Amino acid sequence: MEKFTTLTAIAAPLPQENIDTDQIIPAHFLKTTQRTGLGKHLFDAQRYQSDGSENPDFVLNKSAYRHAEILITLDNLGCGSSREHAPWALLDFGIKCVIAPSFADIFHNNCFKNGILPIKLPRDVCETLMRDAEAGANARLTVDLERQVIIRPDGEKVSFEIDPFRRQILLEGLDDISQTLQFGKDITRFEERSSRRWIPSTLKKEV
Amino acid sequence: MQNPSSPRTLYDKVWDDHVIETFEDGTCLLYIDRHLLHEVTSPQAFDGLRAAHRQVRRPDATMAVADHNVPTTDRSLPIEDPKSRFQIETLEKNVKEFHVPYFALSSEDQGIVHVVGPEQGISLPGMTIVCGDSHTSTHGALGSLAFGIGTSEVEHVLATQTLQQKHAKNMRVNVEGEVRPGVTAKDIMLAIIGRLGTAGGTGHVIEYAGSAVRALDMAGRMTLCNMSIEAGARAGMIAPDETTFAYVQGRPFAPKGKEFEEAVAYWKTLSTDEGAVFDSEITLDAAEIQPSLTWGTSPEDVLPISGNVPRPEDFADPAKAERTRRALKYMGLEPGQPIAGTPVDVVFIGSCTNSRIEDLRAAAAIVKGHKVADSVRAMVVPGSGHVRKQAESEGLDKIFLDAGFEWREAGCSMCLGMNPDRLEPFQRCASTSNRNFEGRQGPNGRTHLCSPAMAAAAAITGTLCDVRKFQQEAA
Repeated sequence: MEKFTTLTAIAAPLPQENIDTDQIIPAHFLKTTQRTGLGKHLFDAQRYQSDGSENPDFVLNKSAYRHAEILITLDNLGCGSSREHAPWALLDFGIKCVIAPSFADIFHNNCFKNGILPIKLPRDVCETLMRDAEAGANARLTVDLERQVIIRPDGEKVSFEIDPFRRQILLEGLDDISQTLQFGKDITRFEERSSRRWIPSTLKKEV
Repeated sequence: MQNPSSPRTLYDKVWDDHVIETFEDGTCLLYIDRHLLHEVTSPQAFDGLRAAHRQVRRPDATMAVADHNVPTTDRSLPIEDPKSRFQIETLEKNVKEFHVPYFALSSEDQGIVHVVGPEQGISLPGMTIVCGDSHTSTHGALGSLAFGIGTSEVEHVLATQTLQQKHAKNMRVNVEGEVRPGVTAKDIMLAIIGRLGTAGGTGHVIEYAGSAVRALDMAGRMTLCNMSIEAGARAGMIAPDETTFAYVQGRPFAPKGKEFEEAVAYWKTLSTDEGAVFDSEITLDAAEIQPSLTWGTSPEDVLPISGNVPRPEDFADPAKAERTRRALKYMGLEPGQPIAGTPVDVVFIGSCTNSRIEDLRAAAAIVKGHKVADSVRAMVVPGSGHVRKQAESEGLDKIFLDAGFEWREAGCSMCLGMNPDRLEPFQRCASTSNRNFEGRQGPNGRTHLCSPAMAAAAAITGTLCDVRKFQQEAA
């Protein structure tokens, strides 16, 4: 996983609440066995018209936001399906940071696992940042994870909270499977507990 | 871990019994008893294992089945869509290479992973169960802690049989009293989601309790827990009781004999202690719940069938008003119109929410002696090969076929539009599935979530209608 330290980038405003992961990447694009290549289908239904041409009104199709790396939305971003294809599609498009007043749990978790920083801020602050973002390509936001601040185009700093454990994993780009494997002996000891004797195997069906 | 002598909830108890290690900031290493896999969210996880030269730690605690992508037509024919076929072949290759038990497409054991797990006794009370699918919450009906995970976590569980997790908050939803005739588990759950909102359960595990919940059979309890995620909660749970034990006993992978007795003795200790504290709690009066359905594009957009759809101006919050305007436009509905009487094009009875034998019986009871309206395409998709076989042995297939329904093979089907069963643009569907998001059942498709009985009634009349009219007629 790539490290996330500081990002200075264009932010795209998408003032919608309850954006579900079916919106972020519809199910018919999940027939892939890869993590990459989903960016062209990000927000497919909103981004393209029925004839396949781009919807000029959708934010990511506007010239100012085609290279956005930050996405700002309203409440409950990423609700619905657990598909990790949603952060994969965001990442493949180039989005590395998402800002919203609240997130759905699984999506929030999946972002961290892919090096995308999800930042939770009060709704009025999100709306202020969206107004900044509406200034277009010249209005870049800086997200500094080390200091936990967002620097607005006018230089004002907005601080944000983040789970310290997850912050460290992003800053260092850690592989959490290697971390867990260090506890291999503890896992084995747990598996051998006598209180777990009743748990059957899934390997073969008894007749 | 909390002090074990202080009163604990069902969730606390199952959690505590699976904590291997607690880290400084409260993150726990949680042991996972059962890992269920399907074809869509697992290929990248197996690729990750291969790249790191890792093995599956516990193939004997894992089970795989293909469900999302599978056609629900003749199983003897090859899968036409090359991408779907490749994804299923990839799963078959992966389970072989990593020695994971697999229910083949040709087998009667195949079905929707959340139907198959409980049906086979693979999912059991008191377990931690995960799957790369948000509707894993279904298995919580058994009194297990079951939740959906992303593909990175699928890889983590395959490699370590654990997850790094933080304890969620406790919420209790009580449904007290008796439901009125025509009101099912689906109506109860829609009422709960309507009350909590689609993010009301975020960060929580919901325990469903109260006399109306205790009175539900296991299929009804699964319908409740299944849609916990539609209220934002990753998991829903119901304390295991005699209904649960009777359901589990004798299932192929359930413990037998002395081990079953031992397990039941343990499962009986899992109920929430008197005096346990919930971070939040709501209570619904079962008698006030009516046959319900959704009108809009979020599962929280719930109405009783006697209700009228909202108007944007009903909402003071401009974002809510705008969302309502957009939902009405998408759904092709007029502000303030009655929902009953709206014509439907398609009726879908199936999905991990409502495809169990009890669901099919409830639908068949309405359909019997009637015909599907000429303007409607109606389909029944059983949740597994075993459900299908059971229904056929009861003659339910004949009732559906005689009425003009399609009787199909098991799979996720029209719940999610990634197999050939999809809505055409602007088609309106009465659906027993779980999500009415824009495009969920196919681009520009319009979904009204409802119970199997309500869906059956819609098929016959060709419109969204009150199922109680049929039930009075039958009485």
